[in-house]
Amino acid sequence: MIDLTLPIDEKSIRKLKVGDEVSLNGRLVTGRDAAHDWLVKERPDSVRDFLKNTMIYHCGPVVKKRGNDWEFVAAGPTTSIREEPYQGTVIQEYGLRGVIGKGGMGPQTLKALEANGAVYLHAIGGLATLIAESVVKVHTVFKLEEFGVPEAMWVIDVRDFPAVVTMDSHGGSLHEKIFRHSDNIRKKLLHIDV
Amino acid sequence: MELDFQDHAFRAAVLELIRRASTDLAPDVVQAIQTARENEDEGSAARGVLSAILKNIERAREKSTPICQDTGTNIYVVSLPLGISMRRIEKLIREATREATEKVYLRPNAVDPVTGKNSGDNTGVLAPYIHFEEWDEPAIAVKLLLKGGGCENVSTQYALPDVTLKADRNLEGVYKTVVDAVVKAQGQGCAPGILGVGVGGDRSSGMMLAKKQFFRRLDDSHPDPELARLESRLLKDLNTLGIGPMGFGGKTTALAVKIGVAHRLPASYFVSVAYMCWADRKHSMRFTPDEVIYD
Ligand code: SF4
Repeated sequence: MIDLTLPIDEKSIRKLKVGDEVSLNGRLVTGRDAAHDWLVKERPDSVRDFLKNTMIYHCGPVVKKRGNDWEFVAAGPTTSIREEPYQGTVIQEYGLRGVIGKGGMGPQTLKALEANGAVYLHAIGGLATLIAESVVKVHTVFKLEEFGVPEAMWVIDVRDFPAVVTMDSHGGSLHEKIFRHSDNIRKKLLHIDV
Repeated sequence: MELDFQDHAFRAAVLELIRRASTDLAPDVVQAIQTARENEDEGSAARGVLSAILKNIERAREKSTPICQDTGTNIYVVSLPLGISMRRIEKLIREATREATEKVYLRPNAVDPVTGKNSGDNTGVLAPYIHFEEWDEPAIAVKLLLKGGGCENVSTQYALPDVTLKADRNLEGVYKTVVDAVVKAQGQGCAPGILGVGVGGDRSSGMMLAKKQFFRRLDDSHPDPELARLESRLLKDLNTLGIGPMGFGGKTTALAVKIGVAHRLPASYFVSVAYMCWADRKHSMRFTPDEVIYD
């Protein structure tokens, strides 16, 4: 298990390889469909400082209001591939060091990870309660009114957030490997000539 | 026989059903995940994932918080005795849904596709989705499935014959489509998954049939021996694909395969493949004015 403290520098990220198990500590920002659309189309300056050198987490959380504070109740990852059209641009434009989600991403993102020194971390899908417990602080939230709770951008601090590097900054992708392997077995089972 | 009950009692019973569905998994699902965990190699990512999942299920139950934050499309199958108004039941289910959202058992999950606005309370057009049936018992039975979006996105439908798969209009063709669907899904439906397969029907009834299979116990098998054989053959072969929990690799790609059949048109042969993630949230209750029994 490798400990990563966010924000983080490029050098530490470049050391990571596909298959590494990591534990995240520090600040990250949630964002899914509406957020990515907003980040690419309107290029808001308000979030820049929060995103620089840290990671965006594909997550639509369940959040509860306690007095003036927010509490994360459930916060597992959502499917990342939906952000494929935006992700490369967002990584470059905002200086991200990583993307956290589930299911992996496509070739455009892989290229952006390599070019900018960033990684894709796979969290465990559905791990809502455990990951919510790792959220120790909610700093602020963007676009809550307009996007609603799951789509808003929540700036949070996490402690011991578990994930696996499935796409690294050297062009490596576990998803590709598993896909190729399982597709070969599929062809055998279906008697389709390779 | 007339069933006389109070609105608030039924509403409260549905609210509790939603709470259970969101925060706890049925024992057969937990059992299947436990067995899968034991089966994975010591120290493997697959085993690590399944252990974390089991821990998450336990914590969610203790704290009464959602197992997964995507509390999904809420699909109800309601069996009513003759004489009970469907509109009344629908209204009460919608009210319970709003209350469950306020109590954060459900995440606001109903978005208007035109304006992009979230209704904020999980109600809207066809939300929640309620399917009514009539039965002879002097009780109301309610089954609830919380069907997540990630696994819904990898659910799919095939029209046989399919040339690229060499899948003909027979059960061998059905076999091929299910293998293909699971390979396409990879880990994205939060594997290990449960496959509900609807053979026949039209595009909508076939998919509904596929989803209704999720109400079956994971350890049952189809009463028709030929379909039972296909179910177990598929389960065995899917677990040789090496996709594994979350698509990190491993021996557990699927937890169960359940097949349902419906008559089809001579011109069509649809295979509807519904994918349910490991967070297989299905619960049911039997409501009478005197007592509510949850499964
Ligand atoms: S697919 Fe299931 S476990 Fe995964 S995020 Fe969606 S609802 Fe949760």
